[in-house]
Amino acid sequence: MSLLDIFKRRSSAPVARERLQVLLAYERRNRSQPDLVSILREEIMAVIAKHVQIDQDYLQVSMDRGETMSTLEIDIQIPNKSARPLAMAG
Amino acid sequence: MGKVVVVTSGKGGVGKTTSTAALGAAVAKTGKKVALVDFDVGLRNLDLIMGAERRVVFDLVNVIQGSAKLSQALIRDKRVETLFLLPASQTRDKDALTEEGVGEVIDKLRSVFDYVFCDSPAGIERGAQLAMRFADEAVIVTNPEVSSVRDSDRIIGLLDARTLRAEQGEQIAKHVLVTRYDAARAARGEMLSIDDVLEILSTPLLGIIPESQDVLRASNLGSPVTLSEPLNAAAKAYLDAARRLEGEDLPVVVPFERKGFLDRLLGRRAA
Ligand SMILES: Nc1ncnc2c1ncn2[C@@H]1O[C@H](COP(=O)(O)OP(=O)(O)O)[C@@H](O)[C@H]1O
Ligand SMILES: [Mg+2]
Repeated sequence: MSLLDIFKRRSSAPVARERLQVLLAYERRNRSQPDLVSILREEIMAVIAKHVQIDQDYLQVSMDRGETMSTLEIDIQIPNKSARPLAMAG
Repeated sequence: MGKVVVVTSGKGGVGKTTSTAALGAAVAKTGKKVALVDFDVGLRNLDLIMGAERRVVFDLVNVIQGSAKLSQALIRDKRVETLFLLPASQTRDKDALTEEGVGEVIDKLRSVFDYVFCDSPAGIERGAQLAMRFADEAVIVTNPEVSSVRDSDRIIGLLDARTLRAEQGEQIAKHVLVTRYDAARAARGEMLSIDDVLEILSTPLLGIIPESQDVLRASNLGSPVTLSEPLNAAAKAYLDAARRLEGEDLPVVVPFERKGFLDRLLGRRAA
């Protein structure tokens, strides 16, 4: 067993502690009110839906909640106007 | 068509969630497409054990209620690209899962994945019955200890009576996975032996997972033990169990511990 292994062996509890702190802070806040990231997600999707019909199959939402910063990624594939079937123009 | 495997036990705290993560990751590592479904509505933990807790957007209940697509709710593992998680929701509403809804989700998963592992909640009520309802196979997680074995026996009864397969007169393949096996205590005769457990449950053995600190460390880190420390004893035991689940004929070796010096000196006998 190398020194690094010994260090690694010791270091799992702090990781657990940090993960729990981030998660529980989020879950506790959420018990009383929906979190900002979820509100943003819903509203952004509503705005987009006003302009284009979103096919749920072409929509991916991902989040990564951090301690001081979270990221929200909304990935939508929007069909181009020019790509509409010709039949419709005729 | 993929196989649906329920990981169940009756008793809580025996290692269902740990085993779902470890077996699922072990199978996915071989390139098979694997989905892990957390059925523990209200008390989800598989996300935490998989290290995906920060990335949960939608859950099983959202999919069943139609507010999210299955593809949107599945979280892809960052380490193994064929491994996915469908989280349970944190709602307190126990009736959020309907049998019809669960059936539809499982059918879709079955058509896309090679393996679908369902992590059952504890107990023998509705939640546990829904988790096993559509299973083709069952992994019954048992600790070598009287109350766990008794609960496993009840779960085996349910598997043979309440699953769709059972109702249709088909067999559901059952395997016992003994976890938290402490070789030293077994040597002192303080624990039921593997033979005792198997004889009582008369169900084939999938593997024996030793009691190990590696398991705790893996959950601290948010990684199934088969991914983070594949060379450790518990991980090896899970990797072998996964191969047996896939049909390989690997003999099971019972972990043993040489008797301690004191034991020999005092010539201790089994209790
Ligand atoms: N082989 C093992 N060695 C040591 N601890 C274990 C082992 N398997 C499970 N545990 C621990 O037992 C506890 C319960 O495990 P868990 O998988 O959550 O059980 P369940 O899902 O059946 O309630 C956890 O703290 C887990 O780390
Ligand atoms: Mg559990």
